[in-house]
Amino acid sequence: MRQCFLLLLFALAACSKPAPSTQLQLDSVYPSQSGGVLVDAMIAEPSGLIPMIAAESASSAIASHIFNSLLRYDKNLELEGDLAKSWDISKDQKTITFHLKPDLKWADGKPLTSADALFTWQLVTDEKTRTPYASDFKLVIKAEAPDPLTFRVNYAQPYAPALDSWSGLQVMPEHLLKGQDINTTSFARKPVGSNYYRLAEWKNGESLVLSANPLATQGVPKIDKLVTRIIPDPAAQFLELMADNIDVMNLDPIQYSRIVPARTELKQKIALYKELGNGYTYLGFNLKHAPFDDKRVRQAINYAIDKQELIDGVLLGLGEPIASPYKPGTRWVNPQLKPYPYDPAKARQLLKEAGFVDHDADGTLVKDGKPLAFEILLNQNKERITSAVLIQRRLKEIGIKVTIRQLEWASFLGRIKSSDFDVVILGWSLSLDPDQFSIWHSSQNHPGQFNFINYNNPKVDKLLEQGRLELNPDKRMKIYHEFSRLLLEDSPIVYLFEGYGLPAIHKRIRGIDNPAPPAGIGWNSQDWYIPEPLRRKEIAP
Amino acid sequence: MMQYVLKRVLWMGPLLIGISLISFLIMHLAPGDITTTEASFNPKTSQESIQKLRKLYHLDEPVMVQYGYWLKRMVKLDFGNSFASHQRPVFWQTKDAQGNVTKGLIQEALPITLIISFISMMLSIIISVPLGVIAARKHKKWQDNAITIFIFLGFSIPTFWLSLLLMYWLGVIHHLVPISGIHSINYDSLGAVDRIYDTTSHLFLPIVIPSLTGLAGLTLFIKNGMLDVLHQDYITTALAKGLAESTVIYKHALRNALLPLVTILGLSIPGLIGGSVISETLFAIPGMGKLFYTAVLMRDFPVIMGILTIGSALTLVGNLLADIAYAWADPRVRRGVAG
Repeated sequence: MRQCFLLLLFALAACSKPAPSTQLQLDSVYPSQSGGVLVDAMIAEPSGLIPMIAAESASSAIASHIFNSLLRYDKNLELEGDLAKSWDISKDQKTITFHLKPDLKWADGKPLTSADALFTWQLVTDEKTRTPYASDFKLVIKAEAPDPLTFRVNYAQPYAPALDSWSGLQVMPEHLLKGQDINTTSFARKPVGSNYYRLAEWKNGESLVLSANPLATQGVPKIDKLVTRIIPDPAAQFLELMADNIDVMNLDPIQYSRIVPARTELKQKIALYKELGNGYTYLGFNLKHAPFDDKRVRQAINYAIDKQELIDGVLLGLGEPIASPYKPGTRWVNPQLKPYPYDPAKARQLLKEAGFVDHDADGTLVKDGKPLAFEILLNQNKERITSAVLIQRRLKEIGIKVTIRQLEWASFLGRIKSSDFDVVILGWSLSLDPDQFSIWHSSQNHPGQFNFINYNNPKVDKLLEQGRLELNPDKRMKIYHEFSRLLLEDSPIVYLFEGYGLPAIHKRIRGIDNPAPPAGIGWNSQDWYIPEPLRRKEIAP
Repeated sequence: MMQYVLKRVLWMGPLLIGISLISFLIMHLAPGDITTTEASFNPKTSQESIQKLRKLYHLDEPVMVQYGYWLKRMVKLDFGNSFASHQRPVFWQTKDAQGNVTKGLIQEALPITLIISFISMMLSIIISVPLGVIAARKHKKWQDNAITIFIFLGFSIPTFWLSLLLMYWLGVIHHLVPISGIHSINYDSLGAVDRIYDTTSHLFLPIVIPSLTGLAGLTLFIKNGMLDVLHQDYITTALAKGLAESTVIYKHALRNALLPLVTILGLSIPGLIGGSVISETLFAIPGMGKLFYTAVLMRDFPVIMGILTIGSALTLVGNLLADIAYAWADPRVRRGVAG
């Protein structure tokens, strides 16, 4: 009997549901209006919604809709006030005073004051708080909230990345978290914030629903509800996008430039955008190992690698070559710098100067009886593997023998952090603050630290130290332009490419900036809207 | 018989400890821990913060000491809290001082996986028994060949490939079934009947696909069992007595041919709770396979150990149940055990 019932259920399930037949007027113009539901997808579920504890991108992605920081970045990636209306820096550059906007409220109606900011600082620097991000805030020797609208922090010496660090610290409500254990509190699963949205529902492993916060400190957003579905497989996500079950997804270059353009029905309903990516891929040398201690060898390899070929082959053209470790289009990029051009003749000449000669004409360069050969270490990342293969061929042409070794991420990290490699292909994400002390300063090369390529240039060290002490953006810019120039000249890493972010968004979502500003299309998502006739019929908000 | 069962049960204790020790050691042989995978490559993280975290999770202590901590908690049946998922309990829900209930990770994932794999297994059996019988009766005829080819195809097709194709064909082109997830977004606003329909249609592909690919083994077992039995003397006798062929096949032959199935079902109990990483990831189902896979990638030791312990305990119970059931179903075995 049960078997019959089961079969019946399956028969029912197989019954046809009417296909959505509404021919939407996707290309007509509609005025901006409030309401509607936007559905997107993430590959991983956040572990909790207190980003300083969760320390993962899934958590920050959702939490950034719920919480505000004191400062934030605007569409051109310049700092502006978020909860703060303005901020002053003292003459000696050691004290920053934030002036909060008046009448700020938490989503539960309680006032949001400088006491909350102070509480958040105490929280992140507390020994018991399990956060990896405390170090920036431990530099604060004194923090105080003299009145409800003023929050003041003192540093022992000027610390320029401070402003960026405050833009990354989301302010938590003192009245709900006081006395709780931040590491285990249930607040992480039912947060109360102050930003455009609040958490309406969280179905474990399935979806998170955010609804507009009427008390939002920055105004009420146009779209009523954001539904984020957890779909771990990118292929399944793409199918959901094709079937019109999700509105937003980040594509890979093949989906972007081959699959979508080849299908008219997809092209009709999906708009493709292009924004600057969040990181770059590089080939890094271990400068403690010969022959990479020789600048000429590093430059030769840089000349021998055709970056445009990598961009065309790996990213199908959807990326840019870079010459400094900053996001293109921002003030920190030195406009005078150009990437090393592809010039194998120059590469050969530099290697010859460095003493590498092909005595027996077997195609391999030799110095002191040792052939010029090394291993490129990388993790299981398709883009990096393809890049390595293309680089292998180019280097073979000038007489360098390259082998490629792939490792699982955790094992790979072990070797990187103990500087146990010759050459590595890896990526850095592009932080918005120009300070890269922990990556390039010669003091940061101990096991587990981030200067694992052992870069050591006293001039660069000095600039990095100066850059940390200078809070004036224009003076800082000069310091980092000079730093980028020295870095490019030294060539401790070869910048391979910076890939674009490739969001695909259903055409029912309007109000998106195209072309994208430096901050990406998401910067004004609170002003995106869905015209009433284009909304999904089956989802009542 | 009772003595035999009792002995087996008592043996499970030391076995479980051995299994957990080996799992624990192997897990710690893999490079990295939660502090290297979480926030692993962010230059904003300092070395001191990482050390602090390692200390908080006792990861700085020798492996055997860590095992000691774990065992001490396990004696009280406390599976501990996850490192990664905001310290959620690994196994069962807890309640904090304010009365907020936090559900356990396994508590939430297990029912979903159990339902899917149980129905899927039932479906496999329902289909494979008649297929196996037909294949045996029409041995080496075209029916047998057709079934063999069908089984061969089902067994060889990669699950993820078939899943993606069916998702595309049934989900994107024909809009017959949803593509991923277990509920629609508007699930809560549906009536009772629509809810059942909604869940069923979401689970349709995740259940049907593994049962198709799992058919092969079962059908072959039943076919071979039947072939063995059909050549026995008592079948010839029964036929000679003039009994109808269907009575002989279904009453006399099939019951004996089904015996090996008992063993297979017993052995598949741990598989029931294990879930499939591939299909759960593809269909976005928050089940046990997905939970385990994520835990391994994150080096979330308490969750890995929790799942391994429950899995191995169930394997042992499954083996025991299979043996008991076998003895119960087959008098020859029963006598052997008693003697």
